[in-house]
Amino acid sequence: MSDVVLGRSGLGRHVAYVLRSNPVTTVAAAGAVVLLFVALFAPWLVPYDPVASDVPNALQPPSAAHWAGTDQLGRDIFSRILMATRLDLMIAFSAVSLSFAVGAVIGGFCGYVGGGLDRWVGRFVDVLMAFPLFVLAMALVAALGNRVENIVIATAFINLPFYIRFARAEVNVRRNAGWVEAARACGDSHLSVVLRVLLPNVLPAMAVQISLNLGWAILNAAGLSFIGLGVRPPTPEWGIMVAEGARFITTGKWWLVAFPGLALMLTVLCFNLLGDGLRDILDPRMRT
Amino acid sequence: MLGGIARRVGRRLLASIPALLGVVVVTFVLMRVLPGDPAAYFASGPSAGQEEIDELRRTMGLDKPIPVQLVRYFGDIARGDLGRSMTTGQSVVIDIQRRLPASLELTCTALFIALLLSLPLGVAAALRQGSVIDHVVRLLCTLGVCVPTFVSGLLLIYAFYYLLGWAPDPTARIDIFASPPPDITGFYLIDFALIGDWEGWWAAFRQLMLPAFTMALFVLAPLARMTRASMLAVLGSDFIRTAHAMGLARLRIVVVYALRNALLPVITITGIVFSTMLGANVLVEKVFSWPGVASYALDALLASDYAPVQAFVLLMASIFVLVNVTIDILYGIADPRVSVV
Repeated sequence: MSDVVLGRSGLGRHVAYVLRSNPVTTVAAAGAVVLLFVALFAPWLVPYDPVASDVPNALQPPSAAHWAGTDQLGRDIFSRILMATRLDLMIAFSAVSLSFAVGAVIGGFCGYVGGGLDRWVGRFVDVLMAFPLFVLAMALVAALGNRVENIVIATAFINLPFYIRFARAEVNVRRNAGWVEAARACGDSHLSVVLRVLLPNVLPAMAVQISLNLGWAILNAAGLSFIGLGVRPPTPEWGIMVAEGARFITTGKWWLVAFPGLALMLTVLCFNLLGDGLRDILDPRMRT
Repeated sequence: MLGGIARRVGRRLLASIPALLGVVVVTFVLMRVLPGDPAAYFASGPSAGQEEIDELRRTMGLDKPIPVQLVRYFGDIARGDLGRSMTTGQSVVIDIQRRLPASLELTCTALFIALLLSLPLGVAAALRQGSVIDHVVRLLCTLGVCVPTFVSGLLLIYAFYYLLGWAPDPTARIDIFASPPPDITGFYLIDFALIGDWEGWWAAFRQLMLPAFTMALFVLAPLARMTRASMLAVLGSDFIRTAHAMGLARLRIVVVYALRNALLPVITITGIVFSTMLGANVLVEKVFSWPGVASYALDALLASDYAPVQAFVLLMASIFVLVNVTIDILYGIADPRVSVV
C-alpha cells in the first residue's frame, strides 16, 4: 500500500495525471455522476408515469414516443429504467456499506488481537466461503422474508467474508509498525488504536474493494429479484423487468429484456472501471 | 509421490469436515426460520382442521425443539436419508439423483467451452501485448463480468432461436416429442453416444449449446484475464530468455516452458470459477427451464419445502470441497515442488 503520504497538492496532481493518462477512468467517473443524478432526480426526469398501464399500447417496439418501447401492460420501459436506478443503486450502496462497516471492524480486531478470536472468526469465514454464495443469499432472503431490506442484508452478508479477510490481512501486517507502537506509547487504548489508527490507514486499499464490490452487489440483487425474491412486481427494478420480459423473448420482443439488461451492464461496467481507476490513483504498484 | 498426494488429499478432506458440518447447521437453522408452516401448507387444504395439522407436524417431527430436530437430521444424513420433498412427494435423494446429471452436464460443458476459448485468447493476448487481439481480449474481459447471465441467456435465445432459428425451443434438455436416452450415466450426450443414437445425440447437443454458452460467457472473463496475466509474467522471466538465447523453437518455448508454468494460477482460478458456476446455475437453469438440481432447489425454496433446499446446499458445499481437493491434486501434478511440502 502507498506508505508514502502524498501532500494535498501532490495528490491533486497525481489524480489529474492518472485521469489524463487514463481517459477510461474519466468516462467512468462521469458515468457514475450521471447515474447518481438519475437516481436522485428520476421522478422529475421520466417522460411517463412508470407504473401507469396503457393496455392498447402494450408491447410496442422502440419509437420516438417510447424510446425503449412499452411492456406487456403498455408501461413505458425507458421511464421504468430511470425510476429503477434509485432502487438498484440504493440496494447496492447500502449492502456494500453495511458489509464494509461490519467486516472492517471484525477483520480489524481479528488482525490486531489474533489468538482465539481470530481462529473462531476464521473458521466462521471458512464456513461462509464453503457455501455457493448466491444460493446462500437466496436462502437468506427466503428465511428473513421477501422484502427489499432483506435483499440488502443478504447481499451484505455474502460480501462479509471478503471484507473480513481483507481487513484482517491488512491490519495484521501493520500491527507492529512503528507508528502503531507510537500510538500505543502515547497511551491510546487498543480500541482506539484499531478504530482510529489502523482502520483509517487500511481505508484506501478497501476503497478499491468497495468500488469493485458495488458492481457485484448490483448483479446479485438483480439476480435475486429475477428469480422472484425481494422486489415485488409493480415496482420498477432492473432484475424484475428482465424477468417479466423473459416470457416474450421467444416471440421476438427483445426490447423488454435488452434495455433493462443494458442498464444493468452499463452500471456494473461503470463501477468496475471506476474501481480500476481508483486502484491506479491510490496504489500505483497494483496497476495491471 | 502417489503416497504424498493421497496423504494430502486425506488431510484436506478431514480438514473440510468442520466446514461441511457448519454448512449443515447454518442451512438447517435458516430453513427452520423460513416463514410459513409447512405442515399447514401441505395439509389437505385451507379448511384442514387444527388436529390434522398437528398430526402432520408430529409425522414431520416439527413438534420437537430445534436442537433435537438437528440431531435427528444429522443421524438421517449419516444413514444417507436426506428427507422427503413435500412438493414432489418423493425422497430427496432420488429426486437429486435424477436431476444432478443435468446440472453437471451443463456446468462441465460450459467450463470446457470456456477453457477452450479463454486459454488460446489469453495466450495470444500475452504473446502480442498491445496489439489488436490484446485489446479485444481485454475489452471482452471487462464486458464479460458486467453482463448478468440471465440477460445474456435471454439475448442468446433471441438471436439463435428467434432470429436465426439455429437453436431449438429453449425448454428442457430435449424436445418434448423426442424420447430421452436410456438412463446409463444420466449425461444425455454420453448416453446417446453409448447406444449409438446420433440423431438423438445431435438433438440433445443442440439443446445444450445455448445454456452452456451462456454460462461459458459468464466465466470466460476471469479465465482469459488470469491466463493473460500469468503468461505475461512467465514470458518476462529469466528462464524464457535463456530458452530464447539457446535457440529453442518459439512454439516449444511457448507451449512447453511458458504455458506449463503459467497454468498454475489458471488452475486455481478454475476452481473458484467452477464454484461460482454452481451458484449461477440457479439463474441459467431458470432461463432455459433446465431440469437440474438448482431449479429443483429454487422451486422448493419458494414453496417453503425444507428438505430439498438443505440437501441442495449440502450437495453444493460437498462438490465445492471435492473441487478444491481436485485442484490441489492438479496443482501437485503441474508443479512437483508443491507435493514435497
